[in-house]
Amino acid sequence: MLRFIVRRLFQLIPILLGLSVLLFAWLRALPGGPAQAALGERATPEAIAQYNELFGLDEPLYVQYFRFLGRAVTLDFGNSTQYGRPVTEVFLERFPGTIELTVLAMIFAIGVGIPLGYLAARRHGSFLDSASVVGSLLGVAIPVFFLAYLLRLLFAVELGWLPGSGRQDVRIDATRITNFYVLDGLMTREWDAAWDAFLHLILPAIALGTIPLAIIVRITRASVLDVVNEDYVRTANAKGLATATVRRRHVVRNALLPVSTTIGLQTGLLLSGAVLTETVFAFGGVGLTLRDAITYRDFAVLQGFILMLAVVYVLVNLLVDISYGLLDPRVRVR
Amino acid sequence: MTALGDVKRQRIDELAARAGQLPAGEGGLSLTRSAFRRLRRDPVAITGAVIVLVFLFVAAFAPLLAPRDPVSQYLLSEIRPGLIPGAREGFPLGVDNLGRDLLSRLIYGARQSLLIGVVSTVLGLVVGMTLGVLAGAFGGWVDTVVMRFVDIILSIPGLLMAITISVLLGQNQYALMIAIAVVQVPVFARLLRGSMLAQRGSDYAVAAQALGVKKRRIVFGHVLPNSLSPVIVQATLSLATAIIEAAALSYLGLGDPDIARPEWGAMLANAQDFLSIRPALAVWPAMCIIVVALGFTLLGERLREALDPKFRR
Repeated sequence: MLRFIVRRLFQLIPILLGLSVLLFAWLRALPGGPAQAALGERATPEAIAQYNELFGLDEPLYVQYFRFLGRAVTLDFGNSTQYGRPVTEVFLERFPGTIELTVLAMIFAIGVGIPLGYLAARRHGSFLDSASVVGSLLGVAIPVFFLAYLLRLLFAVELGWLPGSGRQDVRIDATRITNFYVLDGLMTREWDAAWDAFLHLILPAIALGTIPLAIIVRITRASVLDVVNEDYVRTANAKGLATATVRRRHVVRNALLPVSTTIGLQTGLLLSGAVLTETVFAFGGVGLTLRDAITYRDFAVLQGFILMLAVVYVLVNLLVDISYGLLDPRVRVR
Repeated sequence: MTALGDVKRQRIDELAARAGQLPAGEGGLSLTRSAFRRLRRDPVAITGAVIVLVFLFVAAFAPLLAPRDPVSQYLLSEIRPGLIPGAREGFPLGVDNLGRDLLSRLIYGARQSLLIGVVSTVLGLVVGMTLGVLAGAFGGWVDTVVMRFVDIILSIPGLLMAITISVLLGQNQYALMIAIAVVQVPVFARLLRGSMLAQRGSDYAVAAQALGVKKRRIVFGHVLPNSLSPVIVQATLSLATAIIEAAALSYLGLGDPDIARPEWGAMLANAQDFLSIRPALAVWPAMCIIVVALGFTLLGERLREALDPKFRR
């Protein structure tokens, strides 16, 4: 198993190198290049020339690339023009928010999705089954930001049950330790701060969790339907095992294998920036920061964030592969 | 093989491999024809097809169908902060915040949204298929290089990739199309390559080789045509995603800035500010996106089942 993991880790290297080349080339290909990216759109030609000389941008491209790579390895992506601070610092401040949001969204998607998919399969052809099929089709077809609008309008603006924007009430003066607001509140025993941060997560998490929910329902349902017809389930039934035992030990266990993969892949996708949902709820995670970076042409943030998020995505995918190897021994043999 | 998203790729490859196991067809009917027969008797597939055809019709004949010009402003005297006139005679769905007829904008929007969806999918399809054919037909180092490249694109999450490209190419409808197309390239490339590899080992390909048929002829005359069905299915499903993705990019401010070309995603984004005054401004374009996406998805899913031997019982 260890060899399997090490081999996978080594195979990441070409991908990450390729990514760095692409993003390096991307910044160079932008109109004005990195100098304009750093100095802003109104930089004078003289300032740009000066900047180029200062940072060695007049040197051959390969020299520049290796310098970029060297800095990228130490997570140095320069300063954000918008915040005037290192990109990595901004990232570390915002990423916990996105992680909190992703975790809650996935808890929602898994908690509702697996039972629903399982029930739909067990009552194949029933009303519940058809409803879950239609619902999962709709869940994928609705533009996420529209759903987010509706949730916000209904539960935050009209009914006023839940907060509809931000990560925490601005009037709360909370202590920050990890930048996971809920966790910080629990650690410092500022219960009202933790509770408020949690309430702020609910609506965005539901909006964000809808697509994974739809996919999980679908895969669980299809997978349970597949497994129920397997020979080993028939054997288990034939040898007189209790129905509940067959369901628990034979059906559910095997059916959840493809579901676990889907969960992993979806988690990776959500972590890589819930740009749309965070924008609607003005939720200060990486997604909203990316969107602001687009608006204000903050290229340093765009480059650094996209590279770091792609690395997160690749690593989560790697974890999915490894866990798949753990869950299904057949995969390791290949 | 690289480590990245093995499972995701495995799924694409499985789909591709399945197409390789197709039996010759029922009662001498070709696969496509028998699939088409099954589709014609499938109410869900027909629903999907009707939805798609209706919207294509609306898009094609927008200037004839739209009651008014989508850019002209009306009823301006009645628009005040906090008040946007609703439906009335001559304006079946009312007007938007700038007094433009909502129905006409929706009809013209069909044109733009479908155009972006179709062009970007076709573009992704063509590039992806070219890469897939290169990898699948030549194998060896060409295969390795192409697939590594594809893996790199696949390692950036779709929306981030599209954002990166849109920012690079600027704000116009072509940039939007290219950005969405690039995201689709790796899927098509992998799918076609896998499907071709599965076909290459099949009896008829080996037989053709034994008869001394030229390699080019085997690839383009035998293997390629038989490898296309999973790609066609994926293209149908991709049309739905492309339209939703275009809306998302518009919403992020990366859409087409030309006001003469209304687009559903941009309309939806614009309506956000007036949601509590007149929700219809957001609901209608959203409905259009959802219904079209559903149409393509239903059609694609049923097409997959019709073409898939596993469901052919």
